Amino acid sequence: MWKWLHPYAKTERAFALCSKLLPWCWGGAALGLAIGLVWGLAFAPADYQQGDSFRIIYLHVPSAILSMGAYSGMAIAAFIGLVWQIRSADMAVAAIAPVGAVVTFVALFTGAAWGKPMWGTWWVWDARLTSELILLFLYLGVMALYQSFEDKQQGAKAAGILALVGVVNLPIIHYSVEWWNTLHQGATITKFGKPSIAPEMLWPLLISIVGLGLLVAALSLYRLQSEMIRREMHRPWVQAMYRQQEGQ
Amino acid sequence: MIARLTGLLGREMALAYRQKSELIQPLIFFVLVISLFPLGVGPGPQMLQKIAPGVIWVAVLLSSLLGMERLFRDDFSDGWLEQMMLSGLPLYAVVLVKVTAHWLTCVLPLLLISPLLALFLNLTPEMYVALLCSLLVGTPLLSLVGATGVALTLGLQRGGVLLSLLLLPLFIPLLIFATSAVDAASMQLPYNGQLAIIGALLLLALALTPVATAHALKISQN
Repeated sequence: MWKWLHPYAKTERAFALCSKLLPWCWGGAALGLAIGLVWGLAFAPADYQQGDSFRIIYLHVPSAILSMGAYSGMAIAAFIGLVWQIRSADMAVAAIAPVGAVVTFVALFTGAAWGKPMWGTWWVWDARLTSELILLFLYLGVMALYQSFEDKQQGAKAAGILALVGVVNLPIIHYSVEWWNTLHQGATITKFGKPSIAPEMLWPLLISIVGLGLLVAALSLYRLQSEMIRREMHRPWVQAMYRQQEGQ
Repeated sequence: MIARLTGLLGREMALAYRQKSELIQPLIFFVLVISLFPLGVGPGPQMLQKIAPGVIWVAVLLSSLLGMERLFRDDFSDGWLEQMMLSGLPLYAVVLVKVTAHWLTCVLPLLLISPLLALFLNLTPEMYVALLCSLLVGTPLLSLVGATGVALTLGLQRGGVLLSLLLLPLFIPLLIFATSAVDAASMQLPYNGQLAIIGALLLLALALTPVATAHALKISQN
């Protein structure tokens, strides 16, 4: 692990890796979202009970999954930063948090918009809704903590610890609110053996999940790159890079 | 090492005893918040009994946040904390001692005045016993997790509001289980299950948070 990670302790190398990954992520995201959303929103069959309004699932489920996914990504980055003291991993925590917060907000918003016609109310204090809301608060806490520090390096480390504390707490929060109150339907597509969703509805959903995942990855990598440049503005490699760009 | 740690505990207690007003203010805040609720929602005894568990626990959370700041702040600003890191004592043990002292001085008084709340909010004896049990198991958890939050915001000038922003989401499971224990008691149901879960959370926090707090303190020093 250390051997593999070690080269990327140098921000320069991590920056190059980001540049290499970015076009793939952007391209995959554009392709996945275009196919998934158009197929899902226009061509997939309507639900026999919910009619066309079920189509918001193609936005709601991917963003809900990615809100958790982004948090785990952030926590993994925090762990790497904590254990192996890799600075770019600390920066990644700060880079992922706002992206994750936006995705979480999208999940909550689309959920509310779906809840209005189906449950007859914008918001209920149901387990999943509540834990998603708390997830949003955790993201906001990480962002707020990071932004309060003058010294960004110290701030990123502190935010990393908070992200790790949050990740220990997330399952506890999840099960506590589940036990507390539940109205939301159970998971539909995690039952791999026999999903309780028709395949012609499932495929566009899976494709848009992958698409949104790549979009989140691309945005995070992009933010990570800006973070690196902002923080190391005065280092030779950044200046050399810009001089090269100006020369072209 | 044990002797040094007990000496440390003695120091903490003595310090707290000499700053009485800082200990009493959160306590007064606690009673005030509780007495606002009957004024706000009306004095009907049935209604008060119904909302009592939630009100009391929310008030406990808020007032403990007020007192939490003094856990490390003074020691940080006068350099004592730095000396502790150099002293060779394991930092997590120091953290544990400080949290223990904080619980004894800031939280135990809350438990001592809790019979007053039983009168204010018309609790039945069963509910009061359940409340006391949930407070006994739950508040150490509060102090342990709170210490991590305080340590994280230590280097900041204006940590107060931020601290509550970081900590309140983490306290939600505790709030849920504690209030549901008291609710169960109000319906004459057993509530060992809820208490057991809070106990499990406490053990988990006891194992993990001192390490996280110690690490956060180290970060705040550079």
